[in-house]
Amino acid sequence: MSGGSSSLGNVSRISALIVDDDPVIRKLHSAMLKSLGIQFQLAVNGKEAVDLYRSGANIHIVFMDMEMPVMNGMEATKELRAMGVSSIIVGVSSRCSDEEREEFISAGLDHCYAKPLTVAKIKSLLEGIKY
Amino acid sequence: MDNVIQLQKKLVDYKTSLFNEGILDDQFTQLQQLQDESNPDFVVEVVSLFFKDSERLFDELAKTLDQQNVDFNRLDAHVHQLKGSSSSIGAQRVQKVCILFRNYCEVRNIEECLKCLQQLKREYYFVKNKLETLFKLEKQIMEAGGTIPVQ
Repeated sequence: MSGGSSSLGNVSRISALIVDDDPVIRKLHSAMLKSLGIQFQLAVNGKEAVDLYRSGANIHIVFMDMEMPVMNGMEATKELRAMGVSSIIVGVSSRCSDEEREEFISAGLDHCYAKPLTVAKIKSLLEGIKY
Repeated sequence: MDNVIQLQKKLVDYKTSLFNEGILDDQFTQLQQLQDESNPDFVVEVVSLFFKDSERLFDELAKTLDQQNVDFNRLDAHVHQLKGSSSSIGAQRVQKVCILFRNYCEVRNIEECLKCLQQLKREYYFVKNKLETLFKLEKQIMEAGGTIPVQ
């Protein structure tokens, strides 16, 4: 599974951000994006993600873990939306309860999925990104 | 070539048994599907990362449980991380113990948490051993000039 998919158009112009404190998840989600031909950056916590945006990064889609040290996914999502960030933010969490999921979504997510993601899920999220 | 065929059959049977016994789940298959010519060691790399990170988390868990006043939030955070990484490589039995462990963190039961840590280590070393055997078999096939069969 390598290169981009024709159904996604010119995927090399899509940029993504993976925000997760778990190195295994970062490596796994990186490989998935790489297999789809998507450029991506990594952040190990919410603060790094927010700092990236403050430094002017142009990102189309963010994969945001919920629980992270320093600044968690909920806080980071709220901060990004308060800054006026309109990127697609996808919450990724291994938390089970509906209540926790709803709380995360209400922070400003566009979608929320259980981790780990799959290539098929990522592909469906990327379709329709305007760049 | 007979040797390669025998090794390939041994690998397929071994892998099948790991799935049938619930040691690995479909997430491991997802990892294998991400491995290609541009990323030929991907599965070994991710699993090695899991091994390294898990052993770090076991140390943290032991340290946290050893405190006079156990910080259950900290304990839960470590178990949560281990649950996430074990599920991401398909280590189903490790993940299940993590779920149980988190339940005991929630009710602040130190004794059961300590038992869970021991059980977690047992399941972890069990799956580690199985995966190392799997990778050894794959290496033997490659060294004998064969290819890894796709299931």
